[in-house]
Amino acid sequence: MTTTLSGLIRLTAAQMAVKLRAGEITSVELTQAHLDRIAAVDSTLNAFLHVSAEEALQTAAEVDAIRAAGGTDAEALHRLAGVPIAVKDLIVTKGQPTTAGSKMLEGWMSPYDATVVQKLREARLPILGKTNLDEFAMGSSTEHSAFCVTRNPWDTSRIPGGSGGGSAAAVAAFEAPLALGTDTGGSIRQPGAVTGTVGTKPTYGSVSRYGAIAMASSLDQIGPVARTVEDAALLHELIGGYDPKDSTSLHQEVPAFSTHAAAHDVTGLRIGVIKQLQGEGYQTGVLARFQESLEALRAAGAQIVDVDCPSFDYALGAYYLIMPSEASSNLARYDGVRYGSRVLPEEGPLTMERVMGATRAAGFGEEVKRRIILGTYALSAGYYDAYYGSAQKIRTLIQRDFDAAFEAADVLISPTAPTVAFPLGAKLDDPLAMYLNDVATIPANLAGVPGISVPGGLSEGLPVGIQFLAPSKQDARVYHAGGALEKLLNDDSGVPLWAQVPEVEEAAQ
Amino acid sequence: MTETLTEPRPLSFEEALQKYDPVLGFEVHVELNTATKMFSSAPNAFGDEPNTNVNEVCLGLPGTLPVVNGKAVESAIKLGLALNCSIAEYCRFARKQYFYPDTPKNWQTSQYDEPIAFDGYVDVELDDGEIFRVEIERAHMEEDAGKLTHAGTSGRIQGADYSLVDYNRSGVPLIEIVTKPITGAGERAPQIARAYVSAVRDIVKALDISDARMERGNVRCDANVSLMPKGASAFGTRSETKNVNSMRAVEHAVHFEIRRHAGILEAGGSIVQETRHWQETSRTTTSGRPKSDADDYRYFPEPDLVPVTTTAEWIEALRAELPEPPAERRRRLREAWAYSDAEFRDVVAAGLLDQIEETVESGASAAAARKWWMGEISRLANARETEPAALGVEPATIVELNGLIDEGRINDKIARQVLEHHLDGEGGPAEIVQKRGLEVVSDGGALTAAVEKAMAENPDVVEKVAAGKLKAIGALIGPVMKETRGQADAGKVREIVLQKLGIQG
Amino acid sequence: MSEISRADVEHLAKLAHISMTDAELEKMTSELGVIVDSVQKVQEAAGEDVPATSHPLPLTNVFREDRVGHVFTAAESLSNAPDAVESRFKVPAILDEE
Ligand SMILES: [Mg+2]
Ligand SMILES: [Zn+2]
Repeated sequence: MTTTLSGLIRLTAAQMAVKLRAGEITSVELTQAHLDRIAAVDSTLNAFLHVSAEEALQTAAEVDAIRAAGGTDAEALHRLAGVPIAVKDLIVTKGQPTTAGSKMLEGWMSPYDATVVQKLREARLPILGKTNLDEFAMGSSTEHSAFCVTRNPWDTSRIPGGSGGGSAAAVAAFEAPLALGTDTGGSIRQPGAVTGTVGTKPTYGSVSRYGAIAMASSLDQIGPVARTVEDAALLHELIGGYDPKDSTSLHQEVPAFSTHAAAHDVTGLRIGVIKQLQGEGYQTGVLARFQESLEALRAAGAQIVDVDCPSFDYALGAYYLIMPSEASSNLARYDGVRYGSRVLPEEGPLTMERVMGATRAAGFGEEVKRRIILGTYALSAGYYDAYYGSAQKIRTLIQRDFDAAFEAADVLISPTAPTVAFPLGAKLDDPLAMYLNDVATIPANLAGVPGISVPGGLSEGLPVGIQFLAPSKQDARVYHAGGALEKLLNDDSGVPLWAQVPEVEEAAQ
Repeated sequence: MTETLTEPRPLSFEEALQKYDPVLGFEVHVELNTATKMFSSAPNAFGDEPNTNVNEVCLGLPGTLPVVNGKAVESAIKLGLALNCSIAEYCRFARKQYFYPDTPKNWQTSQYDEPIAFDGYVDVELDDGEIFRVEIERAHMEEDAGKLTHAGTSGRIQGADYSLVDYNRSGVPLIEIVTKPITGAGERAPQIARAYVSAVRDIVKALDISDARMERGNVRCDANVSLMPKGASAFGTRSETKNVNSMRAVEHAVHFEIRRHAGILEAGGSIVQETRHWQETSRTTTSGRPKSDADDYRYFPEPDLVPVTTTAEWIEALRAELPEPPAERRRRLREAWAYSDAEFRDVVAAGLLDQIEETVESGASAAAARKWWMGEISRLANARETEPAALGVEPATIVELNGLIDEGRINDKIARQVLEHHLDGEGGPAEIVQKRGLEVVSDGGALTAAVEKAMAENPDVVEKVAAGKLKAIGALIGPVMKETRGQADAGKVREIVLQKLGIQG
Repeated sequence: MSEISRADVEHLAKLAHISMTDAELEKMTSELGVIVDSVQKVQEAAGEDVPATSHPLPLTNVFREDRVGHVFTAAESLSNAPDAVESRFKVPAILDEE
């Protein structure tokens, strides 16, 4: 691995941190290298909605100055200080626009920082900018962004996954070593799977949601996006922990996830294969890589067991009732009164009611409207028990299935997504087909348990993701298992999957 | 406005009551006096510049999350206990969803089927001293909305060109108290309405959980009224008169609605279930909007908040902090002070129970305390356009003033002057008397001379007194006072006159 | 087949305050029907005896101390307002109700 300026971006975040600390490189050099990369490839990929070069370089210069001065301030610097990061544009940032991928919030400047952003600032990670997403995180392909379509660096005619396609593509294409994502039904893990990167959905409540624009409050969780399990673990350590501003935040110490990511030994580890998350609907190539991963883990001493989670068959249905119900409520605030765009009706009287109606008609895209209407239906008088109420019961059953499964296994395993990245536009006219992308990731959100997606090889030249799930508050286990599989596959092929990404066509400078 | 033409004339109250039984129901919203809002740490404060008592949470900005004010929960439990309610072992917040510009998230965080307190009662005291029990359905926690001002000629929504929103009040903690249907009120319905709201106000004030100022909207009442024909048992259709914000208005609103309903029913019409607005000037209600099926609030448990659970220990600890119930306290004080019913009612109406109690505790007699607070202090407060309690008269000052009278050092008239000088910042009563030389003239020399002069100038009065009409002495007191510039002790004057005439006092 | 009618969707759009054209209502009606049909099977599995779960993790009694935190200036509060006057948000007339 070279350390020429252009080679810098191909290091892992952990390696960058080591070089920064050793004084081999400066944060300004490292940040500039990423800004150069963004300038070169992002007009092709559209991973970013906003790039904040000035702010990032300023933070970088501050880190360099502290390090150069030495002493206790330099020693007190966070391990990742000076390593740049990208932030999903669903997470609010002072001084940079936050749009949630929606015309509704175009031009909105948050007067406050999300708790996780505050942590990034305190640890002095230069924030490169805000990444693209499906509008209000509603989608599995990032095609529902109101601003642009993000492309998959492995094949720019294909989707990068969603809703966090921007963060995943940015990390996969070396535009950023790290990124923040949000995962409501798989929006960190599924983009990770289809871009050959790593993404974690932490235990619900272990990372503060304060400042993450809500889609479905009881499912949303912010998590790390990275190229390696160790990098994801390091970022998770930084953003995790109790926050008094989030009532659902857990009081617990943040474990040293990176130590678990580097443990690698799976001897005796019981890995449960979920019967319901394979077979019909899963591509042959995806299942083949999945089987190979199981074999590799078994060969390394893991105990592979089968687990039955019958209620998972109802997870997608329950999810598509709970998520839109909560979303329909969370998105009611976008009415053109206090912030965001206001659109006047083209004809008729200017009543508040009609202005709200016109504002929401113009400000929301089709998928958002679909979910708001579906959620409004599920909560409306006479239907609540049948829909929202039933879905909440399914949630109980899914938790019970997880409880039983974790009696038999330490971690569970499945493919992250049923398919590799599909071509742009392939599922845009078929909402149900689009929803099926999340079939394997959704149960974790319904139960609140942690999950990780790690690369599991290629099928048709495209990345396949392997998902590990662990019991609530046992996020360390997904890093342990994920790190082990990552090493086994890397040792096998000799080069990490993320390093095999084809060169993205650079725009003419 | 057209409705006054088309609606039948209201029946007289007496006639309405001859034919119908009223059924009442009340929803009272109490604004808590916490330092911060229900779900955010922005200040809960009245009367500041618009949109300055807000932060990102009470403006409902994207990404914000609520956190429950623990003190507000304790206030709700205390109020529940004071209303003789059961306290839920487990309850949750819910989102009540409707779009309105004063509601930043377009839902109100409230409680739905799981209120913190339920199944209680309040015994309210009527004018004749009788006790009427009002049953409480529930008391739940919720947040207030912002304040809308309608710009335009009328200041009302109809005809407004635009509206302005101030979110300072948005998120202020509220407890909503809902009664069960109140039957059997009969002709006392308006009185019960007033007495109930008054009792609730007294309770929250005694608990010190609210400033309880109705004129500021700290206590707001929605009054439901329906009628059923005498002897019937099925409730009629009800109207809900919103935001009736004084006790007198509550009484009048119920009175008017009974008459209005009866008028419509007598004319063969039927009542529309609707909200009504109280019109203070005409003492009538006007039509608001009909309840429609668009009122689908799509309640669901607030996913951003976790449930509230209570333990017996917690509840008992809060119960131990409860003050004496206001009604019991009134009963106790009335007996202790031996006031007449009328005297006591006046004291309560004047809101001077606390002041009189403190003054008595400081050493004044109950009669003297009443005399001062209901008399001179009230008069001065009136003149200075303030409340008696706000004048700043300390109980100790009254005790001191009263002591000076008892000792014969000043008379009532001088005492009143001393009080005024005291309020003007001239110091304590004794100090003022001394500095200004206001001590009554009771020494033999000067006073005897003044009495002799008055007797010499009024021989006819002296004759009457000598003939046994002792009351006539009063006519001599005026001239003596004049001579001594008001500083004479009237009792002493009388003594001297009698002594001069050789009459046994 | 789904029981969702166009009139239902129209009512839902009104509740959600989203103006919709006729064409949008038509499209939404058919899409919603398909989605609702597919999610309806949750009712089979949701037995009477199964308790509902609203939160992934069972926390209770998360309270805040009653201590005042930061506030915005009026200018900060109104910084993103589409329209404002005299330190207040300005909205079109509200005619529908009071
Ligand atoms: Mg109510
Ligand atoms: Zn209420």
